[in-house]
Amino acid sequence: MNRILIIAEHLDGKLNAAVAKCVSCAAAIPDADIGIAVFAADGAAVAAAAAAIAGVSRVLLVQNPANEPALAAVLAPQVAELAAGHSHVFGPSTTFGKDLMPRVAALLGAPQLSDVMAVESATRFRRPVYAGNAIATVEAPAGRQLVATVRVASFQAAAAGGTAAVEKQTLNVALPSHTRFVSVSAARSDRPDLQTAARVVSGGRALGSKENFALIQRLADRLGAAIGASRAAVDAGYAPNELQVGQTGKIIAPELYVAIGISGAIQHLTGIKDARTIVAINKDAEAPIFEVADYGLVGDLFSLIPEIEKNL
Amino acid sequence: MQRILVSIKRVIDYNVRVRVRPDGAGVVTDGVKMSINPFDEIALEEALRIRERGAAQEVVVLSIGTDDAQQQLRNALAMGADRAILIKTDQALEPAAIARAMLAIIEREQPFLVILGKQAIDDDCNQTGQMLAALWDRPQATFASKLELEGGKARVTREVDAGLEVIEVELPAVCTTDLRLNEPRYIKLPDIMKAKKKPLDVVALASLGLEIAPVLTTLKYEPPPQRRKGVMVKDAAELVAALRQKGLV
Ligand SMILES: Cc1cc2nc3c(=O)[nH]c(=O)nc-3n(C[C@H](O)[C@H](O)[C@H](O)COP(=O)(O)OP(=O)(O)OC[C@H]3O[C@@H](n4cnc5c(N)ncnc54)[C@H](O)[C@@H]3O)c2cc1C
Ligand SMILES: Nc1ncnc2c1ncn2[C@@H]1O[C@H](COP(=O)(O)O)[C@@H](O)[C@H]1O
Repeated sequence: MNRILIIAEHLDGKLNAAVAKCVSCAAAIPDADIGIAVFAADGAAVAAAAAAIAGVSRVLLVQNPANEPALAAVLAPQVAELAAGHSHVFGPSTTFGKDLMPRVAALLGAPQLSDVMAVESATRFRRPVYAGNAIATVEAPAGRQLVATVRVASFQAAAAGGTAAVEKQTLNVALPSHTRFVSVSAARSDRPDLQTAARVVSGGRALGSKENFALIQRLADRLGAAIGASRAAVDAGYAPNELQVGQTGKIIAPELYVAIGISGAIQHLTGIKDARTIVAINKDAEAPIFEVADYGLVGDLFSLIPEIEKNL
Repeated sequence: MQRILVSIKRVIDYNVRVRVRPDGAGVVTDGVKMSINPFDEIALEEALRIRERGAAQEVVVLSIGTDDAQQQLRNALAMGADRAILIKTDQALEPAAIARAMLAIIEREQPFLVILGKQAIDDDCNQTGQMLAALWDRPQATFASKLELEGGKARVTREVDAGLEVIEVELPAVCTTDLRLNEPRYIKLPDIMKAKKKPLDVVALASLGLEIAPVLTTLKYEPPPQRRKGVMVKDAAELVAALRQKGLV
């Protein structure tokens, strides 16, 4: 049997949607027995949500005031302790998982595979490298623990309807005091979340200013879409960092992706390859974004956005 | 001496369109431009600024790889690093092995701060800094977009999915860089000349006494599936009509 432990990401008592995608990845491993670990201050609601994911055998709940807000240095020794007896330890390839899982792997002396996009066997996986310009098939040694982060855009969420038992666990591990959470500034909005939205409208350098970037917001609102941005738009301060899409930002897989005034650098394209339909609007007919677009429209975004709105 | 250690990986330049070799054993590297990993350039720039503010006395750059990595170390010296160390090996090492080799140098050099890139743009692992912090049993501040030092501590602003997170870590600590931390300086010609006289120590990996064997095996590399080229529409009305027909708006 392959015993897989998935580390749950959660915020404000809500389970992150990436966790159900990690379950799908784990379920693709033959003979999988899937557990979810919830580290929280008060994690009953999160544990219940995790237990309701189909295919999950058990939820391990570790409650400790030190567990929230999550700090990798505090969680890692606990995860390593709980990982005993598991063949695989998975986390989502979000900033939470990217921060935490390698620290866990080092404590376990286990290798890590980052951004698993496909499962071929319990030891063989596929993952993108070189900004998605190549896909590597990697074999991990059998009979040894393996840590991985799951490229969530590659997996559908596992269905609901699970009835796993929640087991409270007490861990006897010393927690470090060298790391202290100070604050988090998150722009809360009613807009759909970039990572899970069905539609995304993204703006690039061509927007030219923070004020003009409001055009992207307006169109996104009309479409019920989340907002994304290229690195250039984030660097220039038109959009906040959490909206960056790409190799080193968020990897997304919406039904509809609309790229406006974005040239289509490889680092950006790797973040949108799994989108169902890509629309590109750019004044340069030679822009590389058109090579991946299902629908391309050449022209000036400042006149085209209002025209699109008129036609909606 | 207040010392900062910065890791420098030699990678295919980010502007190169990387292609998989026909035999699937790797990617084409012949005649391809190689550079310092962009995140490591940001790491070095940050270390230099800290030194220039007087909060550190020395910036040491470290690379692990073949002799060719001396070029990137020379560029790092030209940017302003004080000295360089190359841990020489012809083996391609995994992040865990890199972290162990770095730790061996840390034990020698006793830096109060180690800055790495958050991710190497070739293997895209995003692991080494976190693994190093665990092995060293020190704090980690990953994906940094702001780094402030004050009284034995670092206050680091991190780019996370939710927005910006601030944490405080005791020194010594490991920090990994994100894109917005700074804009690296350009190298000036006279600096390249000066860099030639700066010390660059070459240490054989074997001399560190670590037992390092590859754990993961890459069986093959393949080009990614290509998206089918779509259609060009003539105006906004045609675009909206097409999307409406597909049920997307
Ligand atoms: C290590 C590293 C990591 C990176 N990670 C990422 C990442 O995660 N995500 C990312 O996006 N980038 C990333 N980049 C940056 C990437 O290489 C590009 O520089 C960036 O994506 C360019 O952004 P852009 O398309 O908005 O700007 P540009 O490339 O400048 O393109 C602007 C486009 O707008 C068009 N345009 C101009 N005016 C108008 C108008 N009025 N109407 C219509 N079109 C117009 C132009 O024709 C052009 O195609 C990374 C780079 C490095 C080195
Ligand atoms: N061979 C190497 N030599 C020097 N630094 C490295 C090497 N490999 C990785 N690193 C450092 O670790 C960071 C993260 O790499 P990775 O975990 O491979 O994505 C890089 O940005 C470098 O700073």
